[in-house]
Amino acid sequence: MIENLHLIIDVCLLAFLVLIAFAAMKVTNLFVATMLFGIFSFVTALLFLDLDAVDVAFTEAAVGAGFSTVLMLAALRLSGAVENAKHRHSALGLFIVVLTGAALIYGTSDFPIMGDANAPVQLHLAPEFIALTQEKIDIPNVVTAVLASFRGYDTFGETVVIFSAGVAVLLLLGMGHVEPKNEPEQSTVLWVVVKPFIALILIFGLYVQFHGDFGAGGGFQAGVIFASGIILYSLVFGEGYARKVVPSKILPRLAALGVLIYGVTGLASLLSDKPFLDYNALSSNPIAGQHMGIILVEAGVGLAVFSTVLLIFYSFSGVNHNE
Amino acid sequence: MIIEILSDMCLLFGGIFTLTGAIGLLRLPNFFTRLHAASVTESLAAPLLIVGIILDTGFTLDSAKLVLIIIIMVVANPTITHALCRAAAHGGVNPDMDTKNNEISQSKTETEISAKELK
Amino acid sequence: MIAAAIIALLITLALTLIRAFLGPNIYDQILAVNSFGTKTVLLIVVGGHALGWFSYVDIALMYALVNFVGTLAVMRFFEQYNPQGEQS
Repeated sequence: MIENLHLIIDVCLLAFLVLIAFAAMKVTNLFVATMLFGIFSFVTALLFLDLDAVDVAFTEAAVGAGFSTVLMLAALRLSGAVENAKHRHSALGLFIVVLTGAALIYGTSDFPIMGDANAPVQLHLAPEFIALTQEKIDIPNVVTAVLASFRGYDTFGETVVIFSAGVAVLLLLGMGHVEPKNEPEQSTVLWVVVKPFIALILIFGLYVQFHGDFGAGGGFQAGVIFASGIILYSLVFGEGYARKVVPSKILPRLAALGVLIYGVTGLASLLSDKPFLDYNALSSNPIAGQHMGIILVEAGVGLAVFSTVLLIFYSFSGVNHNE
Repeated sequence: MIIEILSDMCLLFGGIFTLTGAIGLLRLPNFFTRLHAASVTESLAAPLLIVGIILDTGFTLDSAKLVLIIIIMVVANPTITHALCRAAAHGGVNPDMDTKNNEISQSKTETEISAKELK
Repeated sequence: MIAAAIIALLITLALTLIRAFLGPNIYDQILAVNSFGTKTVLLIVVGGHALGWFSYVDIALMYALVNFVGTLAVMRFFEQYNPQGEQS
């Protein structure tokens, strides 16, 4: 029964993906298309859950269904929301697409079966990481161990990439300036209900940050969730008041601080004559050193992601606000 | 044993109400009627399903978090309904039902026709 | 019985998706998408318990919050785009 359930859920969800993709292609109202892409992310995250990839599902839902949708909507508010449908049917284009698709499908016949334990990718370093996590780092979540400790340098690069994205948006758009004003017709129900919600979201963000070692979570997801709380405040009470709560001047500095925390943790081990980002050097007991290193590094990542996400939202929503 | 039966009943009724809400969402004629169907059944089905799972799980940290999910859904869902209703009313969606789709007036016509045939 | 609940949820997801395509105006589609999100949360809870997904409760919690934020975002930005309330 359980095997059949897995199969039924997988088939249904994949069918939904195809249906949602067709619908997103067919609708001409771009608001609706953006929402459909949001639920596309939801379904993809469900599929990831079914494949036992919990952290990926978490990040996909937080970023794909939450933040990415909000950003696209903020951009659509400024441009036209109806697609300029130019009906040009091109037989050559269709032929090329079909040919490429067929070539790709033919190429996948060389892949190992999905989930095969003897696929080359599973035999290279993965067994070593899984075995060493228990012995050297001693945290239950292997994904966090690989992300923050074994592959800490890659994650440092990712954090710097996120920071650069924030810098690029700042260079292109700037954060603008929005005056707080009383929105004329707001609903009291929404005001009253949203306030405890924001508190809940912020606490949940902190919970995800600090429980990344034990369950799904970590710095990236926590940063996005925390920023979603402030975004919710800005949606209901107005961008002006949100900029009083979290001033826009402080965000680039916080992002830089996050990257700095990560780098300084690595430098601290250089000062003890060990390689960069080797957390064993942070304490006399290597396992305690690893734990401390992971907490510091995740804090840096969380801070950098939170500031960058909020900065990008402020930039998008601050453009031409008074139109 | 009783807890198992209770959990099964909750899951069964939760599933039934969810399906009813979806059928209502598809078949009802006007936006506001569909809104009512979707939100009322959802506010009922979601706690029932989650309570069914809580009874199956027992008293652990997971079930405390599931209670939190129930509270969130019971609070968030009517709020979204309210906001959507307000937005639609401001946006100009017509609450009167279309006479083409109004099933009450159609069946009235049918009774008039059958009454005439009886005469 | 859990299997029946999962099948019911999957059918509901399909039906809600149909309304999201069909809906004659955008508010129908917003309603359908929000409903889809809530049913996804329920599917995670019920399916996670039945199939033994790891740490499904945290993800369900987060989905519920993200769904709320996403729907409010759509309504807010659509209102800002269409302040006179023209039907699109």
